[in-house]
Order: sequence, then structure tokens, then C-alpha cells
Amino acid sequence: MSTKDFVTYVKSNNLVDVLQDYPIAKDFLANFRLDAISKALPLPQALEEVEEETLDEFGLDKHGMLQKFYMFMENFAQREETSTTVSSLTILGGLNKLKKRESIELTIVSGEVVSVVGPTGSGKSRLLNDIECLAQRDTPTGRQILINGEALDEIQRFEMGGKLVAQLSQNMNFVMDLTVREFLEKHANGRLAKNADEIVEKCFLCANELAGEKFPIDTKVTQLSGGQSRALMIADTANMSNSPIILIDEIENAGIDRRQAVELLAKSEKIILISTHDPLLALMADKRIVIKNGGIDRVIETSDTERKSLAAIEKIDNTLQMFRNRLRTGEIITEDLLR
Amino acid sequence: MKLVTVAGPPSSGKTSVILKLIEGMDMDKGSIGVVKFDCLTSFDKLSYQEAGIPVHIGFSGKICPDHYYVSNIEDAVQWGIQSGFDLLITESAGLCNRCSPYINGILSVCVIDNLSGINTPRKIGPMMRFADIVVITKGDIVSQAEREVFAFNVKQVNTAAKVIFVNGITGQGIFLLATFLKLARDIRTLKDLKLRFTTPAAVCSYCTGETRIGEAYQMGMLKKLEFDGK
Repeated sequence: MSTKDFVTYVKSNNLVDVLQDYPIAKDFLANFRLDAISKALPLPQALEEVEEETLDEFGLDKHGMLQKFYMFMENFAQREETSTTVSSLTILGGLNKLKKRESIELTIVSGEVVSVVGPTGSGKSRLLNDIECLAQRDTPTGRQILINGEALDEIQRFEMGGKLVAQLSQNMNFVMDLTVREFLEKHANGRLAKNADEIVEKCFLCANELAGEKFPIDTKVTQLSGGQSRALMIADTANMSNSPIILIDEIENAGIDRRQAVELLAKSEKIILISTHDPLLALMADKRIVIKNGGIDRVIETSDTERKSLAAIEKIDNTLQMFRNRLRTGEIITEDLLR
Repeated sequence: MKLVTVAGPPSSGKTSVILKLIEGMDMDKGSIGVVKFDCLTSFDKLSYQEAGIPVHIGFSGKICPDHYYVSNIEDAVQWGIQSGFDLLITESAGLCNRCSPYINGILSVCVIDNLSGINTPRKIGPMMRFADIVVITKGDIVSQAEREVFAFNVKQVNTAAKVIFVNGITGQGIFLLATFLKLARDIRTLKDLKLRFTTPAAVCSYCTGETRIGEAYQMGMLKKLEFDGK
């Protein structure tokens, strides 16, 4: 619907029906302290009964409030958000901290996993920053980022900015005081998802599959363990976030199936960059970017030989996992368990 | 000279964002100045001085912070022009949720943080509703979903605003903000420009120093809360 259609629609329908058709309109009324307004009338008439002083406190009159409502509806009453289709991301090299050229042109396609390795402070976050702001040779690194093989003009850049990249990091916590269900519902509503219930259920099942220890849907998100929180964040990002690119800063070792987590994200046709020191995660990636002196030193493709060692590393990892589980269940650890 | 007004609740990260921003603007040292409007005390002077940024601080004290702001902003602009700045940034503290220091035609930025609670954007008044750009800080320590819901709530009350996530510690996101700031228009004076929103209605007896409680002492502009059964 265009703004004009909304004007006609709002004028000719009682508020109770508008709320039925567009539940999000309730938020608008709450935002302007109009919750108690008469719902049996269309909004323009209902506003007649509101004291001017109340509207004035928001710097609005009746006309202004109506305009605000039309604008709100036009923005939020749409069906699901449309996301930008990003099928590839290309990094064109710039300069490192020593002003040496990076001779790099790396294209990552959706569904591909690339790890980023390098010592702390080597410039990993500079790379991730460049990707997030879609650098066009105008950041300190001089790199350029292409989307679907093309450079972006200012307008596209700012339209995409902020929506393109979802981030997951070890430092992240939940701060909302909500249950898992409420939390997922809030996110689904924020995305204006049509089939909210279905997505919530899917996210929840998926999170439980990833988590080492299962949790019920009415757990408070703030009470989840580190692994469970991470599992929920990953399931949520994979199923609900519209952002086509995901930047991950490590996935902790305990309480979550890392391999499955990365596979899940890759399956959702996203471009994934993982900054990690963990050989298991790094070798699971198709390629890895090595960062040195603030620049991309080289890109290594994970070879078959490396992949073979992945199995051995996994075995070590599983052994450690087994020890952890034994500890947790109160069993005794002995050396012969290693055999 | 360009003028940009930055406002936001206490401890939302205004100073950190401005410091990173000045770094990211890629302008000559000393060509950007800051005026900080605060209420009682401020510890930001040091942060700016350490970064070599010319700064002037004003305390509203017993005067309503918004009235104080409006009555001093033109002087601040003249100070900036005389100091030869290319850009002047004013920073003002949270004030009272009801007000905003924004002026028509002057680029305005509101800084709020992700930790302040999911419904906070819906509760903050004109300071957020009338801003051109809303900067959200501390996004690095909450989940992606919470960031998205938070931004959604900002959009609900300020549909037209540009929403930018900025990490005040690493400076992530500052590039976008700096690009918008370059679009701020040049001014020579604010004379005859208008605030985007009125400052609080006064004067009542409490404005003029009354401290006693009771109807007998209440005079001037008053608003009474209605309780049930009254």
C-alpha cells in the first residue's frame, strides 16, 4: 500500500479493525501515550477526544499525529523486510601498517566459510571494519570491498550499511529480561516476520540441537549458560537475521557443537568470516586469511592434507570433550582413558 | 563553520563517540572544537585535552539545562568561528528526557547505548525523536538479535532517522558517521533559527527557589497528577 492508500484505509476503518489487521499499530499508540484512545472510531475521529495538551507534549497536534501514524504504517505495516541479495563479497587489497601493498583479490561466495587468523592486534578487526562499512579505498587500509562483483556508490553504501553484517562474539551477552520464547518472538516481530510462531519454534529446536545441555523454552535468556547462550545466538542469526554476511569472533569450546554451528550458518547461504585461533574451526573453513602487520599477508586454501589432519585434531578434541563430560558427571579421570 | 549537536543520556558514550569521530574526520588538528554543556560536574575536559582538542565546558547549575543551552548556543558558535574552527561539536548531557537541544537545519545526533534496555528508545522523548542520526553504542556486548530489536524500536519512534552502530572503544562504525557529518551545512550564526522542540514550560514557584511542599506554596505553571477517586 502507498501512503495514499493508508490514509484512505485509516480514515475508513475503526481503530479496533486497524489493530486487528496491523498489530504493530499498538506500538505506535503506546509510544505516544495513546493506549486509552477510543478504539471504536477511526483514528482521526478518536484523536478528537484526546486533549491537545497530551499531543502537545510530543510536539504534535492532531494533524501532525495523523501524519506520523501514516508514516509509521507505511514503514512498518509492510510484509516481511526485503533483504539485499548478496551472492559474493570481494576484498581488493590496500596497504598494510608498513605501507606495503597487499597483493590480494579475494572473492567469497555465499555459503562459503573463511577464517581469519593472526596474532592479537595484527589487524583482524581492521579487516572486519572494512567489510562492515563497505570500504571504497577511503578507510585507513585503502581496501575496497565489492558486493556481487561491483563497487558501491555512496547511496547504496549507506542503504546497506548496518544491515549487511551480523556479528557474533565471545563477549556478547543477553541483557533483556525475557524468556527464550519471548526473546525469539520479539526478534521475529522486529523482523515483521509473517510466520512468527513457526520461526520461533524452529530457532528454539535448532538452538537445542547445538547446545551441549538442553534447555526449556521458558528459561530466562539471562539464565542460560555460556554455551547455551551462544547456541541460541547462532540459531537466531542463522534463522532470523536478514544480514547476508556473518562475522564471528571465536566460538568458545565448551557447551556447544562448533562444527554443527558453522555448518548451520553456512547452510543458510550466508557469507561467513570467523576470526579464530582454534585449529578445528580454522581448518573447517574453505580458506583462511592470514593477517600480519595490519594487512592481509596471504590467503591459504585448506588443502586435502590439512583436511586429513582435521580428523586427528577432532579426535583430540573429542577426547577432551569426553574428559569434560566425565568431570561433569562426577566420574574419575584415569590415564588409560587416553588409550 | 559547520555545527553538529550531539546529545544523549548520561554515560551512553557521547564523549567516546565524539573523540573517535574527530579522529575519523581526517581534518587538521585544532580545526574541530567541542563545547560541552553539563549540569553540575564533568570529567570530559581532560579526555578532550589529552586528545589535543580545543574544548569549552559550561555548567547549567541551578538553571534548567535546556534554557541554559539555548541562551548560550549562539555565543558558543561565535567562539567557534573566532577560534577558526571548521567544525564545532556541541555535546550535552541527558537533560530530562523531555527536551532536546536540536535546532532546525543543524545536524543533530543522539547517542544511546544498547544496555539501556530494550524499550528505552520508545521512552526517550524529543532527544531521540527529533534527531537526524541515532548512534547506538555498546553493541559489541549484546546479542545480534538485541541489536536488531533495539534498532527497530528506534525506528518506531524516529522513522526518518539514520541509525548507526558505533563502537566507542574500537571506533567501528565511525566511518559512516563521519561521512554524514561532512554533509552538515556551514553557518555563520544561529540567530533567528528555531529549536526543533520547545523547552519546558515555566515559571512556577519552584523555578524561583521555593523548596517547601504544599499547595500554599505552589504558584505559576502547574500540572497536577490525578489519582483515582479524587
